[in-house]
Amino acid sequence: MISAYASLRTYLKNAAGIVLDADREYMAESRLAPLVRKFDVSSVDALLARLNTSNDPRLRQDVIEAMTTNETYFFRDRAPFDMFENLVLPALLEQRAEERAIRVWCAGCSTGQEPYSLAMLLDANARRLAGWRVEILATDISTAALDSARQGSYNQFEVQRGLPVSQLLRYFVHEGSQWRLAEHLRARVDFRELNMMSDFSALGPFDLVFCRNILIYFDQATKIDVLRRVANVCRPDAFLVLGAAETLVGLGNAWKPHAIHRGVNIRAA
Amino acid sequence: MKQILVVDDSAVIRKIARRILDGMRFETSEAEDGAKALAACAFLMPDAILLDWNMPVMDGFEFLRQLRKLPGGTRPKVVFCTTENDITHIARAMHAGADEYIMKPFDKQILQSKFEEIGLV
Ligand SMILES: C[S@@+](CC[C@H](N)C(=O)[O-])C[C@H]1O[C@@H](n2cnc3c(N)ncnc32)[C@H](O)[C@@H]1O
Repeated sequence: MISAYASLRTYLKNAAGIVLDADREYMAESRLAPLVRKFDVSSVDALLARLNTSNDPRLRQDVIEAMTTNETYFFRDRAPFDMFENLVLPALLEQRAEERAIRVWCAGCSTGQEPYSLAMLLDANARRLAGWRVEILATDISTAALDSARQGSYNQFEVQRGLPVSQLLRYFVHEGSQWRLAEHLRARVDFRELNMMSDFSALGPFDLVFCRNILIYFDQATKIDVLRRVANVCRPDAFLVLGAAETLVGLGNAWKPHAIHRGVNIRAA
Repeated sequence: MKQILVVDDSAVIRKIARRILDGMRFETSEAEDGAKALAACAFLMPDAILLDWNMPVMDGFEFLRQLRKLPGGTRPKVVFCTTENDITHIARAMHAGADEYIMKPFDKQILQSKFEEIGLV
């Protein structure tokens, strides 16, 4: 399926900014296989042929969702969340003392563990935040991931990755084989569908953006462009947190690392 | 190297857990019930204990109570690892002085995450 695979790569790049390596054809085959039956076609090749010729929005969306990786867990890598609690939040409490409002954006939130981890930390700091309005906007391109994020219901494996048992006891209810996040925490996060390739200039302004493990799917030029547009929806003294393995090296001049605290970035003048 | 005692009446579980923990660069040993585990701890107090709940002779809950009375027995971090997956059991274990809690089945990621949680990784 050489040419079909080439067309898939072009489609993903144009539609979602996602770059598929030329040698990942086998992965595409296995990820798209379930769609063959769903769309009632004879093979992955036939599926991709239909992707090229029809405008079926469901098919286009499903192909993107099949090809993205939604892996995430609560308090992923821990350090960014410690930094949020000990550095970013205290800083914002000073910087925003006048308006008493903070807006956080989780871009590429997948099934919700990341924004909900932040919501738990906000809850733990409720006393410091009394009288403050803190908004968390969480966005993703995958509607399936967002549906499950809104449910706030996780299986036994998911609630044991990164989540201390004390938080499980405190914030979750056991429902059958699932664990469901308490309503007051679910209500703190506003989940919305958003493709990072589209115009998001109306979303801001933000004080903090978590943009973790999503740029890794894009090519260099797209990363630079996204980081610049993220900066444009941020206040001048806002913070940006990337994934543990991601750096700003070679990614333009919209952001720079915090002078002391590696792992947090601030806007370049 | 940190010492971990794996306490479970299932030889299979002990083997799987030890293989994962060995891979995380811990030094592991094992016991098949609470009484044997207590004897092992009296001899050499480990840094952490991965502890099943339901076991013959002495269960994990009783073991934990007795462990904490031994000289140096408050030092080891105790991580329950059991099929009991309801809030009541979890809360009971935590009240009795456990440090973390794993609901079986577990995998490498879960063990890693929980041992990070108690500060051993
Ligand atoms: C690996 S997850 C990261 C989840 C979370 N931020 C974390 O670090 O654990 C990557 C997410 O990016 C989303 N994604 C990929 N391309 C996207 C795009 N163009 N626009 C919005 N979201 C996208 C995927 O749907 C997926 O949920």
